[in-house]
Amino acid sequence: MEGSTAVAVDGTIREEVEDVVVRFAGDSGDGIQITGGQFTLTTALAGNDLSTFPDFPAEIRAPQGTTFGVSAFQIHFGSREIRTAGDAPDVLVALNPAALKVNLADLNKGGLVVVDTGAFTDRNLKKAGYEDNPLENGSLEGFRTIAVDITKNTLEAVKDHGLTQKEAVRCKNMYALGLVYWLYGREREPTVNWLNEKFGKRPEIANSNIAAVNAGHAFGETTEASGETSAYKVAPAKIEPGLYRTITGIEAVSYGLVAGAQKANLKMTFAGYPITPASGVLHSLSKLKQFDIVTFQAEDEIAAVCAALGGSYAGTLGVTASSGPGIALKTEAIGLAISVELPLVIVNVQRAGPSTGLPTKTEQSDLYQAVYGRNADAPLVVVAARSPADNFDVAIEATRLATKYMTPVMLLTDGYLANASEPWKLPDVDAIPDFPVEFLSDTEDFSPSHRDPKTLARNWPVPGTPGLEHRIGGIEKSYETGNLSYEAANHQKMTDVRKDKIDRIAGDIPNQEVTRGDAKGDVAVVGWGSTFGPITRAVQKVQADGHKVSHIHIRHIWPLPKNLGSLLKKFKKVIVAEMNTGQLITVLRSEYLVDAQGLSKTSGQPFKVSEVEEAIREILGK
Amino acid sequence: MNVATPPEKLTVKDYASDQEVRWCPGCGDYSIVRAMQKALADIQAPLEKTAFISGIGCASRFPYYMATYGFHTIHGRAASIATGTKLANPDLDIWVISGDGDALSIGGNHLMHVLRRNVDLQYILFNNEIYGLTKGQFSPTSKVGTRSPSTPQGSIDSPLSATEFALGCGARFVARGIDALPKHLPEVFKRAHAHKGASFVEVFQNCIVYNDGVYDHFTAKDVAADRQILVEHGKPLIFGTDRDKGIRMRPGIIELEIVTIGENRITEADILVHDETNKSLATLLAQMESPVFPVAIGVLYCDPAETYEAAVHAQVDAEKEAYPKPDLNEMLRSGPTWTVE
Ligand SMILES: Cc1ncc(C[n+]2csc(CCOP(=O)(O)OP(=O)(O)O)c2C)c(N)n1
Ligand code: SF4
Ligand SMILES: [Mg+2]
Repeated sequence: MEGSTAVAVDGTIREEVEDVVVRFAGDSGDGIQITGGQFTLTTALAGNDLSTFPDFPAEIRAPQGTTFGVSAFQIHFGSREIRTAGDAPDVLVALNPAALKVNLADLNKGGLVVVDTGAFTDRNLKKAGYEDNPLENGSLEGFRTIAVDITKNTLEAVKDHGLTQKEAVRCKNMYALGLVYWLYGREREPTVNWLNEKFGKRPEIANSNIAAVNAGHAFGETTEASGETSAYKVAPAKIEPGLYRTITGIEAVSYGLVAGAQKANLKMTFAGYPITPASGVLHSLSKLKQFDIVTFQAEDEIAAVCAALGGSYAGTLGVTASSGPGIALKTEAIGLAISVELPLVIVNVQRAGPSTGLPTKTEQSDLYQAVYGRNADAPLVVVAARSPADNFDVAIEATRLATKYMTPVMLLTDGYLANASEPWKLPDVDAIPDFPVEFLSDTEDFSPSHRDPKTLARNWPVPGTPGLEHRIGGIEKSYETGNLSYEAANHQKMTDVRKDKIDRIAGDIPNQEVTRGDAKGDVAVVGWGSTFGPITRAVQKVQADGHKVSHIHIRHIWPLPKNLGSLLKKFKKVIVAEMNTGQLITVLRSEYLVDAQGLSKTSGQPFKVSEVEEAIREILGK
Repeated sequence: MNVATPPEKLTVKDYASDQEVRWCPGCGDYSIVRAMQKALADIQAPLEKTAFISGIGCASRFPYYMATYGFHTIHGRAASIATGTKLANPDLDIWVISGDGDALSIGGNHLMHVLRRNVDLQYILFNNEIYGLTKGQFSPTSKVGTRSPSTPQGSIDSPLSATEFALGCGARFVARGIDALPKHLPEVFKRAHAHKGASFVEVFQNCIVYNDGVYDHFTAKDVAADRQILVEHGKPLIFGTDRDKGIRMRPGIIELEIVTIGENRITEADILVHDETNKSLATLLAQMESPVFPVAIGVLYCDPAETYEAAVHAQVDAEKEAYPKPDLNEMLRSGPTWTVE
């Protein structure tokens, strides 16, 4: 929480703050994600900039009340530009002891804890692993607390609506929401409307939930009157005018693929195999069949990438999505796509650790896999998204490059970006330039290996076209005829042309810009992917102290922008911050011989702004 | 009156590509490619609509020798690539070409799924009971005791039956052919082609270099008539040099037995009539092994059902009908939105 002053709004004394981080936490059955979603929408409507991050338990039905069954949702909102879901919460809403136990250590000093005392029964305390009640043993010292029997108050608020006991208890998340609404002076109306719409067929449920929201809100007013708690105001942020919605990374990448296929004037063949955190792409595209999309849940990732490639062979846009372990399985087929030069988009929603690792935690450790991870000299294009909404643009760019250059493109995103959401200024899809694909139809002097002299992309003859019957395959083929060739000079030439084709793409992507700051200075902080938010905020904070620090965020990982090498040389020091043990830094060192320093984090959690900030200050201090 | 000029008739030669065939002289694959070219000429398959998609192995070189579209892919995965191709363009006529290692070892998973999904394509498995291309290791169909570079003391693992596997996977068309039956094999291919859905054909193929003569025990001229039975729908299961041997259910037990017509008061009426829609019978026939039984050749099972790609496209079409002219701009704006002034 930054910058506080007191103001009076609607008779309530509200302390004005610049930005706040609130974390809702409870049992996975407590409706935490819904609560977070509603608070997000209302906060967006109030004009704040925001960023959110849900944190689900890895277990599907973890035993109720246990620490590993805790579900959380964090939102960071403010009157300034918000780029991350926040380092540490200022407010923790804990609906049971396990939620308190898991999250309390993260709370900022002096932060506010809202607890449901009704859930702090001996049984629940035991399940959470508490020996004695943290509400009574001084554990909450140093924090401000609103301890309220949310369970009991909720039951009381909904008692006239005829719900079963179980249904009634389920309304307690709405009570908590109402209380937090009061805390930040939020309108209840959007949630009331949403409840009425969602439970249209069961008005008793809608009305109970509304009653719970109101009761929570009323409780806030009462405590305020009694002087126990103060309320806050977060003024609207200066946000670019326009029409907005919130969007998660998974939604954005899916819509971006649809847009990309439209721009390429292609139908889409999407094939996937369920894997956390990438399954969402398969799920969301399966609901978009009206856009001429065939979705296919294959028997494994190998079959999925192969079916996607088979789809490209037939003249559609072949797309597959997975996470690290699944991408590993796809590797051989990606090599085939490189060899036969067909377009293919591979979405890698990265997750933490080798092997199964931490499936629900985030990391950026598949950069080597994307850039180098194939047998033989097998170059492809790698692009990376930097924020949830950015996945949309990057998916279009991936499609453009795949179809224009007849090459596989790997789109790197990650578990954090996939699940996090942010407000998105809606683009006019029609205004995005088209890049329509032209299939070959001219039979004269036909060879499947003829290529565009400029892009080096081979032509795309699609089965079904009379007169263009030909054979392709993974065996080395003649540069001239496309027929099998075991000739030494030809293999040299084909290897060179495959590399040259990808290298030339550097001339068809934007020059590297400085994301924040000057194009020269003392320190450049280089990042890629989801570290965008924390890096840019950290750089902003250090710049505010007058330091010559810049942020360079790389979207095109391979090939790299043409001017990147010379740009980096204009800084005395270069820091590369990434959520791996130093992968981009290796690439940059090897490409540009730049003496960069790494800032690495592999805890499964995104960087905190403070961590990046400290690293910059340290290097500046030297 | 206008008379439409009849389209030029394609001959067997028109289906052969100009590429030099690189199989070992005497390899059974030669007869299979000829049988295929004949079958395609017989059905006048349009070159541009036909695609051969193969994995890796000697057998999988096949597409290079056909004048149609062809895709020589990676080891074991042809079925998956073909599934994507068929989903993307259901008008294409797809043949998957595979070997016993390609189909049943590295690609066993994909074979299983392409069959159970019933994707409309023809899957031709060239079974030579050996890994030809990698120089002769035993394969999942090799008999126990097969000596090979990797099993100098003889192979230990039990072989599987490709045909029984296919039936077990839920294939709706299962047939067998032999490379050395140049008249019969094109007919099997034509039946496979006529079947809507996944058609599985096991072709017994001789690898003259690494497994020469593995099928002699039922394909050699002197024994063929007694050790093979060419099954035909609606015809009694009769075989033998004198066509006096028949197959019937052993009374009181679910088992086939061989009987001789004219002995023990057995007449033709006692012989089972082949019913290719009967899966239990197909399974029993597939299980018959030489020398105790004749090896069943021909269409063992054919019972069409809706194809996978038709069902997939029915869903796509239903969505397109429910949401005609979908507009992405509209879609993106369909949920909660707000305006920042
Ligand atoms: C991923 C991979 N593993 C192994 C190989 C080597 N390999 C090529 S063909 C083959 C086996 C071929 O046997 P089969 O499928 O029976 O075909 P045949 O050569 O007998 O026709 C193997 C193991 C390969 N090409 N790719
Ligand atoms: S190794 Fe065997 S299967 Fe392969 S081409 Fe030679 S004979 Fe045919
Ligand atoms: Mg073989």
